[in-house]
Amino acid sequence: MKHVMSPLDFTTEELTRLFDLANDIEQNPAKYAHACDGKILATCFYEPSTRTRLSFESAMTRLGGRVIGFSDASCSSASKGESVSDTIRIISSYADICAMRHPKEGAPMVASEMSSIPVINAGDGGHQHPTQTLTDLLTIRSMKGRLDNFTIGLCGDLKFGRTVHSLINALVRYENIRFIFISPEELKVPDYIIEMLKAKGIPFEEVIRLEDVMPQLDLLYMTRVQKERFFNEEDYIRLKDFYVLDTTKMALAKEDMLVLHPLPRVNEISVEVDNDPRAAYFKQARYGVYVRMALILTVLDLC
Amino acid sequence: MLNVGKIEEGFVLDHIKAGKSLSIYEHLQLDKLDCTVAIIKNARSEKMGKKDILKVECDINMLDLDVLAFIDHNITVNVIKDGEIVDKKILVLPKQIKNVIKCHNPRCITSIEQELPHIFVLADEEKEIYRCKYCEEKYHEGSKNK
Repeated sequence: MKHVMSPLDFTTEELTRLFDLANDIEQNPAKYAHACDGKILATCFYEPSTRTRLSFESAMTRLGGRVIGFSDASCSSASKGESVSDTIRIISSYADICAMRHPKEGAPMVASEMSSIPVINAGDGGHQHPTQTLTDLLTIRSMKGRLDNFTIGLCGDLKFGRTVHSLINALVRYENIRFIFISPEELKVPDYIIEMLKAKGIPFEEVIRLEDVMPQLDLLYMTRVQKERFFNEEDYIRLKDFYVLDTTKMALAKEDMLVLHPLPRVNEISVEVDNDPRAAYFKQARYGVYVRMALILTVLDLC
Repeated sequence: MLNVGKIEEGFVLDHIKAGKSLSIYEHLQLDKLDCTVAIIKNARSEKMGKKDILKVECDINMLDLDVLAFIDHNITVNVIKDGEIVDKKILVLPKQIKNVIKCHNPRCITSIEQELPHIFVLADEEKEIYRCKYCEEKYHEGSKNK
């Protein structure tokens, strides 16, 4: 039985098969409309997450399956003190597959150890969020036609942003990727990632100003500076507007550069950029459904 | 010079870093064994200057080499039978250790679910880095519960 805890649970060959399937679903949705007839997905969300939960629910519904679950720990037995291990044993009797989000790191892994159905990590604190990384990779592959040979700029909160760390770890497995990290000093990429890149001989650069590197980028991955990552409001207010992507900066970029963002955005991408054909973040949300559809079919062994 | 007598069957742990013998005593749970234990602290050593030595008279299968290797894989383990050294064990870093150290990451699931075991896996053998199986937090020597 396959559980999905990290994007690195898949080999690059397995990812190719997964993304081929996602692209086929995109092209031929009718072919898959009843692929999960009679199957039930449990969405166990111990903390609120509109986007991830709804994309899982949309994915299962589009496959013909049904969805049960809860969207907040206060609506579950966790509020009565039930452990994750006990909850998943119960859920295993109700559903065929489970997507779990939990504020504590490692909770989905604990669930997977006790579960008799596949568990997909839908985000565990600041640790892993594999389906976001799979969404990012599918978007890049679908819109660029490849997952190798490019320069990617990652901008914003590179210290706490789990989507950034996860994407870097997934991309280093492909050929000829160059990273440019654009962040204020306070939010730089953690040392362990820099050490890993050095050890693998992967080229990277750390810069302060987004304008300086725009012309070099094939991809720009923007992130939100999250209020909850800061210990005090003063630091948050000082840094939140540090990197705002607007049409002036976009004018410096290549014509085929893509802008990605895990969403939700606050103000780090000006709304005027939305109409630029290089803005890929809303399409990225759509790929999030296709990749979750492909993932559900793969872990349920229905493809 | 202090003299501690020979043991007939058991093990002698030599080249323990000076001052560490009591924590090894605890981790090996020697207090739970009904046998003779000699703890020698700050013995003179040509190689180390000062060292600790533990002599334990017990069934030689009772020693948890994994725990010992995690604590210090440079310790020499002499296996004694009929008063003679019959084997010297080479300690290898264990791939996984369970309930020896605790994960101190307040965001880890083990911080709220008390019944979960604290499992650490060897993430980098060369640098001797262990990470929590659940949250992947790196284990730091300073937080070693020993």
